[in-house]
Amino acid sequence: MEPIIEVKNLGKKYNINHQQGRYISLRDVLMNALKSPFSFLKAKAKQVTGFQSREDYWALKDLNFSVNKGEVIGIIGRNGAGKSTLLKIISQITPPTTGEIKIHGTVGSLLEVGTGFHPELTGRENIMLNGAILGMTKREIVKKFDQIVEFAGIEKFLDTPVKYYSSGMYVRLAFSVAAHMEPDILIVDEVLAVGDTEFQKKCLGKMDEISKKEGRTILFVSHNMGVIQNLCKKSILLEKGEFKMFDDTDKVIHHYLNKGEHANAITDFSVDNSKDAQISRVTILDKDEKPSARIPVSERFFIKTDISVFKPLTKTMVSLAFFDQGEILLLASPSDKTMDVGNLEVGDYSVTAEIPPFTFNTGLFLYNVNIHRPMIMTFDHKLNLGIEIIDDKNNPRSLIYGGNSIGRMALLFDFRIQKNEK
Amino acid sequence: MSTKVTVIRPKKLFHLSDLKELWQYKELLYFFTWRDLKVRYKQTMIGIAWAIFQPLITMVVFTVFFGSLAKVPSDGIPYPIFVFTGLLFWQFFSTALSETSNCLIANQAIITKVYFPRLILPLSSVLTKLVDFFIAAIILAVMMIFYGFAPQPSSIIVIPLVLIISFMASVGFGLILASINVKYRDVRYALPFFIQMLLFITPVIYPASIAGKYSYLLALNPMTGAIQSARAALLGTAPINWELIGISFVACLVLLFVGIYIFKKVERYFADIV
Repeated sequence: MEPIIEVKNLGKKYNINHQQGRYISLRDVLMNALKSPFSFLKAKAKQVTGFQSREDYWALKDLNFSVNKGEVIGIIGRNGAGKSTLLKIISQITPPTTGEIKIHGTVGSLLEVGTGFHPELTGRENIMLNGAILGMTKREIVKKFDQIVEFAGIEKFLDTPVKYYSSGMYVRLAFSVAAHMEPDILIVDEVLAVGDTEFQKKCLGKMDEISKKEGRTILFVSHNMGVIQNLCKKSILLEKGEFKMFDDTDKVIHHYLNKGEHANAITDFSVDNSKDAQISRVTILDKDEKPSARIPVSERFFIKTDISVFKPLTKTMVSLAFFDQGEILLLASPSDKTMDVGNLEVGDYSVTAEIPPFTFNTGLFLYNVNIHRPMIMTFDHKLNLGIEIIDDKNNPRSLIYGGNSIGRMALLFDFRIQKNEK
Repeated sequence: MSTKVTVIRPKKLFHLSDLKELWQYKELLYFFTWRDLKVRYKQTMIGIAWAIFQPLITMVVFTVFFGSLAKVPSDGIPYPIFVFTGLLFWQFFSTALSETSNCLIANQAIITKVYFPRLILPLSSVLTKLVDFFIAAIILAVMMIFYGFAPQPSSIIVIPLVLIISFMASVGFGLILASINVKYRDVRYALPFFIQMLLFITPVIYPASIAGKYSYLLALNPMTGAIQSARAALLGTAPINWELIGISFVACLVLLFVGIYIFKKVERYFADIV
């Protein structure tokens, strides 16, 4: 099959100077030049002759891949891995430094929901304007006009300036315009992070429709692994600007979550008996006690800590503390019933904690493991280990919120309703 | 099936295909211009009348203070029509210049999200001002009838030439300023001051002849040639100085190309630094 996107040796270099000194003021430059003319001239001379040591930073390096028509490709990577830069180059917002991309067809992107909307203009006028900005011809917009209005559900307010719209109406209209363009390649960057849940659901539904029914090519960036898994057959993994993997989504996600810095199924630590007790390995086990860094929200899991004790310890225990990514302590376990404060002889131990189903909501969590004598001393601790809790079909919340975690804990409550008779 | 093939490479400075691309995006140019006009006339209470009101009031104030009180010479024609002819072209130039130099920053939300040839933005700024120009030109026509001036036959050539010169001057100069503006954000605060200063070294409120033997110094300013020629053609103040028009034309053409060159250079990293 003919590839629709061919990427060859693509690289993008940012100059750190450019990045930091974003808004330089001419006043400062002139003041510097006047205050210390010699050092200014020296710096200029260095710049001109190329002796200045410039800090370059490659946001993307040596990317090579091609995408076939009709494929839905997920792009996975941590913050700063270069995902957005790649999309920006493909949509021609910023040029590459090296290499080239060959694109057969038109590119449209959903990263600009509502771009160019003007509050003073009416809904009708904004549809025309926004459509044109997104690259539709006037004829296309006129043809699709009724569909756009109907999808957004704003018939009554068509001639009202959008500044009087509720935020929901505004987003619906904006998305509706974007969703009705017909590019050969659609680029989607984290749209799901904005808007209300209903909008997110609608957005996902439309994407599904576009890819499955119309056979269009989609490049999709998200941090939400559940969504990527649902929509994309194949995925690209980027790591610090470098191309790591391009394979079936399941494999890529597995690799990403298990080999990355954060969510690791097994983390080994070197042991050098410099302390009285040391943690040698921390393992996350799924419900079948197999190592895995991705745990479905509806299943229990285990965290097994291997420790080596080099001196007899009294009143010592292993405990866990969970944090969300904002480093708020969610839960600490120093008084767990299964691991009493106890006396430990010299030797190797495994301590396994069972975490019940529906404890943590979907997303990435960090946890600390501690071997300590409570309130007295810590023998060893490992900080910021990662675990990813993923959505699954048994999660009653996902039916309502479409796979998005609202709140960080997932404990289910029982509600009873009864009518009070007088 | 024939599909458009796009090749994305490290940007070259200027390419002929840029012009072709600009043509392909002419609809967007139209929409941007339409947006700016619509929004402006919606926001101001008196709407489209503003385009007439502004030059008219300026003309009245200038006539009272410079014409009647200060007795500034006006090449032997009534001062109101003398100053209005100058103002008409001056305001086109100065408003287009300030709009153009702000166009990148004003539209940065769009620039960082969607691709289109960036040159469309300054072009649409100038087109918007051109519409204002034509509206204000109606007043000039009324005044010419009132004062009994008939345009010279050469106006058919001279007036479009003068418009093109003003256009090239404002776009060329504006593109340079727009590029500087992206990097040095304090420039735009100084700009209104410089535009005001420019007004005084351009023969808008006085004739170039006032400078006597130094009037050639004024000719360094391309808008001098433009305004002088417009007066000569419309009001018959002097024989048309084709040489002056030629010099202004070439100077502005160079300015335009320098502007495009600098703009193109900045365009490459523009989305990275806004």
